[in-house]
Amino acid sequence: MDILEIRKIKKRFGGVLALDSLSLTIRKGEITAVIGPNGSGKSTLINLLTGVVPWDQGVVAIDGVLISELSMEEVAEYGITRTFQEVRLFEQITVLDNILVILTSRSLWGSILERHSKLHLKQAEDVLKTVGLWDKRGDLVVNLSYGQRKLLEISRALAMKAEIYLFDEPFAGLFPEMTKLVASVLEGLRVQGKTVVLIEHNMDLIRQLSDWVCVLDGGTLLAEGRPEVVLSQREVIEAYLGD
Amino acid sequence: MEYLLHILIYFAIYALLGISLNLIAGYTGLLSITHASFFGIGAYAVAILTTQFGLGFFGAALIGMVLAGIGGLIIGWVLSRLSGDYYMLGTVGFSYIIFAIMMNWSSLTRGPLGIPAIPRPSLFGLGLGDNLKLFLLLLFVLLVIYLLSRKLVASSFGRVLRAIREDENALRVFGYETTNYKLAIFAIAAGMAAMAGAFLATYITFVDPLSFTIMESVFIMSIVIFGGFASLEGSLLGAFLLVLLPELLRFMGLPSEIAGHVRQGVYGLLLVLFMMYWPKGLMGKYKV
Repeated sequence: MDILEIRKIKKRFGGVLALDSLSLTIRKGEITAVIGPNGSGKSTLINLLTGVVPWDQGVVAIDGVLISELSMEEVAEYGITRTFQEVRLFEQITVLDNILVILTSRSLWGSILERHSKLHLKQAEDVLKTVGLWDKRGDLVVNLSYGQRKLLEISRALAMKAEIYLFDEPFAGLFPEMTKLVASVLEGLRVQGKTVVLIEHNMDLIRQLSDWVCVLDGGTLLAEGRPEVVLSQREVIEAYLGD
Repeated sequence: MEYLLHILIYFAIYALLGISLNLIAGYTGLLSITHASFFGIGAYAVAILTTQFGLGFFGAALIGMVLAGIGGLIIGWVLSRLSGDYYMLGTVGFSYIIFAIMMNWSSLTRGPLGIPAIPRPSLFGLGLGDNLKLFLLLLFVLLVIYLLSRKLVASSFGRVLRAIREDENALRVFGYETTNYKLAIFAIAAGMAAMAGAFLATYITFVDPLSFTIMESVFIMSIVIFGGFASLEGSLLGAFLLVLLPELLRFMGLPSEIAGHVRQGVYGLLLVLFMMYWPKGLMGKYKV
């Protein structure tokens, strides 16, 4: 069953056509890897799907609901969350506060009167323990290592309890142990029936984790299918590896 | 004693201003140079309503706070379309607009002549006319506003403000209508600044537009910078030091006609030095 359907999406930045009438579908409860060379439109796709930049043409259907534009604030309503290619955390506040701000009420009065702080603290503890950062809860984010920041960003996405997770290169710059941890988090989401869109360059991880692979090149869909099939296609290898 | 009271009253007024601006600038990261406008709205509300409409101080101060809050909402709404340097320039623009209104709406504000003979407060027929009683009242208000502000910044609301300061767009992706939060804190802080203005008006019993220029906004921002961004205690310390500083210069034996200029020069120099070597301020928790 498809949870996300992208139909003829077009996005232009000045003279550069980043996405050229791209159409693809994401299946519910699976990990779909989106791969392609630099500049192929992978991150642009995630930015469009989360309202960070508006698209020029096309429509997106999220769980059957057709939308022609999406603002950043509406993204969470549709059960979508994300991480960023360049980590974007709330730097000069603590690790714990980075998670609590995601868990607490979005309403003005709800945030002032705050009725469920103990529950949120417990939920934050669970999420931070998942990525091994509970011991760092009192640290300012700015003092964390790069890998820890990546893990925190992933845990922030987990705290959203979304249906669709868009991970933009979550393994980049991680130590092998952290890579294993993130892989287990992604597999855990699949077990829970969540949908994951994964932008990644590491082919071994893509083979290990993904159920479906979409290959972008020049803002268009070059190929899609099961990883073992797609990753052995000659045009994919040529586009991606340049040989 | 009167001299000491005078300094303490000014300290309390500027501490209110420092705390309120810190909510906007330190906690939410919105560098606003229009705080003296809200200060002035509170002062003029008390001046006009008590001298021309016969209202008591507390009623007039309350109306002043509401008016400043509404002003804060309007200004905040317009400014919400701007960000970064443009945001700050926008606040400068509003500072000039409010100053121009005070200066030119002569039928209401008496323009450059100002409004004299503003009465001191009284509560249930009990006069709070002498400076000691006024100071104790002001100290009580300062304490209440400090405690409320502490509660506010420690709440989830305060956490959202800090997250807005750090990365507003990232927060929006997680479902936050950040504009609402920015408007709310702008209105709250404007109301607090108006309260400070109300006390200034009743203390010196006179207001004129020159007390609420952009230089005054810069001075209030200096209190926040010296004391430290995102530190309420820092704003108390900043207000204390900056109110005390000219008095120290006075004791250095400088002639009064020079002391004023020296004071501004020293403020400027301190501002530059703090930005270069101590950007978090004395008690700050956040670096711009």
